[in-house]
Amino acid sequence: MADPISFLNWSLLALEPPGWGGVLLRGLMNSIEIAIGGYTFGLLLGIGGACGKLYGGPITRDLMECYTTIVRAVPELVLILLLYYAGTDALNYVLGLVGIGQVDISGLVAGIFVIGVVQGAYTTEVLRGAIKAVPAGQIEAARAYGMSPYKVMTRVTLPAMLPYAIPGLSNLWLIATKDTALLAVVGFSELTLVTRQAAGSTKAYLLFFCAAGVLYLMLTLVSDLIIRIIERRARRGFVEQS
Amino acid sequence: MSETPTTDITTHAMAITPEDLPAAEGFFKPHRIVLLAIAAGLVFCIVWFMRWDWIPQYLPRLGYGIMITLAMLFSTSILGFLLAVPLGLVQVTGPWPLKALAKGFCTVVRGTPLLLQLWLLYYGLGSLFPQFPAIRQSFLWPYLRESWPYGVAALTISFAAYEGEVMRGAFAGVPAGEIEAARAYGMSRWTLFRRIWLPRAIHRALPTLTGETVLQLKATPLVATITVIDVYAVISKVRQDTYITYEPLLLLALIYMCLTGILVIAFRTLENRIPTRGA
Repeated sequence: MADPISFLNWSLLALEPPGWGGVLLRGLMNSIEIAIGGYTFGLLLGIGGACGKLYGGPITRDLMECYTTIVRAVPELVLILLLYYAGTDALNYVLGLVGIGQVDISGLVAGIFVIGVVQGAYTTEVLRGAIKAVPAGQIEAARAYGMSPYKVMTRVTLPAMLPYAIPGLSNLWLIATKDTALLAVVGFSELTLVTRQAAGSTKAYLLFFCAAGVLYLMLTLVSDLIIRIIERRARRGFVEQS
Repeated sequence: MSETPTTDITTHAMAITPEDLPAAEGFFKPHRIVLLAIAAGLVFCIVWFMRWDWIPQYLPRLGYGIMITLAMLFSTSILGFLLAVPLGLVQVTGPWPLKALAKGFCTVVRGTPLLLQLWLLYYGLGSLFPQFPAIRQSFLWPYLRESWPYGVAALTISFAAYEGEVMRGAFAGVPAGEIEAARAYGMSRWTLFRRIWLPRAIHRALPTLTGETVLQLKATPLVATITVIDVYAVISKVRQDTYITYEPLLLLALIYMCLTGILVIAFRTLENRIPTRGA
C-alpha cells in the first residue's frame, strides 16, 4: 500500500525555507505581475487594433487582420517561444545598431511583452465587437456636436462600448492569468515552474500541484468577484436582460 | 442564460471561425495586390536567406508528429464532447448534488491552467500509480507507463469542462415550447431527449463548437512538455540537434496555421450542409 504520508506532509508547504510555501507565493506574485502587465499592454494594443480595424485605411485594416489572424491561428505556446527569442534578439540587435550594446532583458519584461502581444489580438477582436454594438446614432450625434475624432473616441465611443466589452474583457483577464503558466516552458519562474521544481526536489508531486491549483483557483474566484462588482457598475442604467 | 454569448465572444476572439475566412470575390483590390507582393518578397527572403537544409532529414518525423497532433485533437475533442453532454444536461435538469458536482468540476478545470492539470496528472498520478501493486499488475499498466494517456486525459477533461459550459447554455436555450410540444406528442423522456432536445442543443452549440475545437488544436502542443512526440516536440528536437533558433519555429507556426485553416474550412463545409430555417 502506498504511504499517504508523502501526500499529506503539510510541513512541506511551510513558509520558511525548509518548506516551499514562500517560494510558491513568490511564484504566484510573479504570475500576477506578468498577468497584470501583459493584460494592460494587451489592452493598449487592443484599443489601437480595434480603432485601426474599424476606422483605419485599407492597408491598416489588412495589417491588423493579419495580426489577429496569425495570433488566433497559432498556439500560444509557439507564439510565446517565437516572441520570447525573437523579441529579445531584435531588441539587442537594434540597441547594437544604435551603439548602446547588449542589454540583459529581464524575464519579467519579456514575459509581459509576450503575453501582451497575444492578449492584444484577442482584445482587438473583443473591442471591435463591442464598438460595433454601440448605436451608430450616438456616435453621429457626437460628431454633429463638432467633436474631434479623438474626443468622440474618449467621450462617447469608449465609455458607451464598455458594458458590451466587459464580459469579453473579464474572460480575457482570466485567460491572461492562466496563460502566464505557459512561460514555464521558456524557464520563467512563475507559479507553475516553481511548483514543478518544488515537486521535483521533494517528490511530493500531488501535494504541490494541488496546492498550486488551489492558488490559481483562488486567483480566478477573487477575480470573478471583482469582475461582478465592476460589471454591475458598468451596466447601471441598462435594461435588465433575462 | 447570460453566459453563453460571453463564451461565444471570447471563443471567437481567441480562435478563427468560419466567418473570418476571406470571401473570394472582392478580395483583390489594388492595395491588396501591393501587400501580397510585399508578403511574397518577405517569404522569398525567408526562404532564400534562412537555413532550411534540415527539412528533408526531418520530413518523415514531421509527418508523424502532425499525425500525432491530429490524433490527439480528434480523440480528445470527441471524448470531451461525449463527456460535455451529460455535464451540460446535469447542470440544467439534474438533482442538486449532481448539479453541484458538475458545476464544481467545470469551475475547477476552467479556473486552473491546462499546463498545471497536465503536469498534475503526469507527474502526480504518474508517481502515485507505481506505489499500488494492484495497478502494476493490471492490464492497464503498460499504457499507464507511457505518457500519452495522461495527455489525452488532461486534454479531454479540459475540453469537457469548457464545452460542458457551452452545452449547459445550449440545453437551457432550447425553446420550452418545443419540449412541451414533444411531451404533448406523448414522447417518453428518453425519446424527447434523443429526438428533440439534444439535436436542437447541438445545433445551437455548433458555432461555438467550431471555435472550441480550434482552441483545442491550439492547446495540443502542451502535451510535448510531458514527452509526447507531437509536431511541436519534433520541432523542439530539430532545434536541439541543429542549434537553429527561428527557422523551425517559423515552420511550426506555418504548420499550425495550415492545420487551423483546414479545420475551419472543414467546419464551414459542415455548417453549410446543416439545414437552417429562418433564425
